[in-house]
Amino acid sequence: MSAGIALAPFSIAYQTYGELNAQKSNAILLCHALTGDQHVANAHPLTGKPGWWSALVGPGKPFDTDRYFIICSNVLGGCMGTTGPASVNPATGQPYGLNLPVVTIADMVKAQAMLIDRLGIETLFCVAGGSMGGMQALQWAAAYPERVFAAMPIASAARHSSQNIAFHEVGRQAIMADPDWRGGRYLEEGVRPLKGLGVARMAAHITYLSEEALQRKFGRKLQDRAGPTFSFDADFQVENYLRHQGSTFVDRFDANSYLYVTRACDYFDLAQDYGGSLALAFKGSKTRFCVVSFTSDWLYTTAESRAIVHALNAGGASVSFVDVETDKGHDAFLLDEPDFIATTRGFLRAAAKARGLSDKAGA
Amino acid sequence: MSIQNPPQVPQTTVTRIDLLLVAGMVTPGARVLDVGCGDGELLGFLADTKGVDARGVEISQKGVNHCVAKGLSVIQGDADVDLIDYPDDGFDYVILSQTLQATRNPRKVLEQMLRIGKRAIVSFPNFGHWRVRWQLAVKGRMPITENLSYAWYETPNIHLCSIRDFVGLVDQIDAEIVKAVAMDRNGAPMRVNAPWWAWNLFGEQAVFLLERSAKSK
Repeated sequence: MSAGIALAPFSIAYQTYGELNAQKSNAILLCHALTGDQHVANAHPLTGKPGWWSALVGPGKPFDTDRYFIICSNVLGGCMGTTGPASVNPATGQPYGLNLPVVTIADMVKAQAMLIDRLGIETLFCVAGGSMGGMQALQWAAAYPERVFAAMPIASAARHSSQNIAFHEVGRQAIMADPDWRGGRYLEEGVRPLKGLGVARMAAHITYLSEEALQRKFGRKLQDRAGPTFSFDADFQVENYLRHQGSTFVDRFDANSYLYVTRACDYFDLAQDYGGSLALAFKGSKTRFCVVSFTSDWLYTTAESRAIVHALNAGGASVSFVDVETDKGHDAFLLDEPDFIATTRGFLRAAAKARGLSDKAGA
Repeated sequence: MSIQNPPQVPQTTVTRIDLLLVAGMVTPGARVLDVGCGDGELLGFLADTKGVDARGVEISQKGVNHCVAKGLSVIQGDADVDLIDYPDDGFDYVILSQTLQATRNPRKVLEQMLRIGKRAIVSFPNFGHWRVRWQLAVKGRMPITENLSYAWYETPNIHLCSIRDFVGLVDQIDAEIVKAVAMDRNGAPMRVNAPWWAWNLFGEQAVFLLERSAKSK
């Protein structure tokens, strides 16, 4: 791993959809974001909610499961089956907790590459993902250019900005300030830092939305009351909404895992691994890229995506770049945005043609 | 007189003949960058008929979205600003179709094109055409023609030139004209051996194929 420590053995949990063709040329790896998981297009086993990318993945959708073999795995450091801090360390019989080496985006991708090897796939038709998933798509294209035919980094960046590191630090400190965190050993002690994790989620959730979207959805509307209660109850609808986001999140996510995945994003700086030049990371790349940003995303801004595009151009790579006009903020990449859907569909269709994939579903 | 608002998606103003003319200058399978590719009509045409490796830059996001949805490799960008990012000799042809007159610095754009590409193809409306001259000289009004359809106060065309002006610029930037074609009002190519002044007076549009001068190669 990047931290210089070997991790073995490790588990990787994944879902697949559709069928791998005989040439093994139609495989798409979808990479999930910070708190996502492998349940990209099926009902979530814990929450029962539809998969996080149901808007884009399924029969007849841009990531067409009738046409492509879709793979999505839980990241290293995650908490949905892949080895993470809540997993049992075989050496001790206890959960890893903070003894798990710090995981980087490169480590996540290395683990995915081992999964792809195991599935007998030489070249992925496409690697796509939003946010932290976009970082993985970029890492894939830089580390394994010959194994990635097409890549879609969406609402992402080639390095985590200072502001984004700062937001992540707020979340981590909220978790570590919870007395039930117990120095990361809460599982052994039979407690969970739910308050801290909930606050971390609440703070982060604000960054996933735009000011316009919050204003449109909630404004200053009060929650089931005629006037302010002059207390610290959730008078405002927006407070109630955030509390709900926090409390439902803790049911499905591990607090230490949150520390690890946020850290992985913070450490991501692709240019640094290539002599300080992002263009060098992609020099001579034959991968077809489609970079997508959203106009109201202030967490992973259009400027960050444009920096990726400039580097790809300078490296001579084939690149499309679409900045989708929306007021839904960072979370727009998870939603049914018509321009985004059309972009994804068009890009994949052209890439499939270039890859010589048959049009069996008439997509 | 009513003036229509500029269309939201930039319509490719090239005629079918213009497309064919540009396509005729491009060798099959070449690497092509279309600067100001609009809705991708020319790029799509080149990809379909010539099998080129087609890339595009377009300033309007709507145009870009349209192109990418069609499967073309197009990015949002500004010819005046973003060509600097491209490496030397990355393309066989860099095309500027009906866009030169809308750039802030046509000379620098041309120089960048000839740095990025081995050859440059430039098409533009001829401001020396007799109808243009007539409207200004006789009517005393800023010309509005089929190729230059905007009123003066809303036109994106800030650096209009005549065919002679363009040839003068080519001389200054160490480029050579490999081929030049002027088209009359119906889009038909004019006689090759017509003198420059005739092209300048009767050509509504011109297409030039340029390459770097031997000394600067």
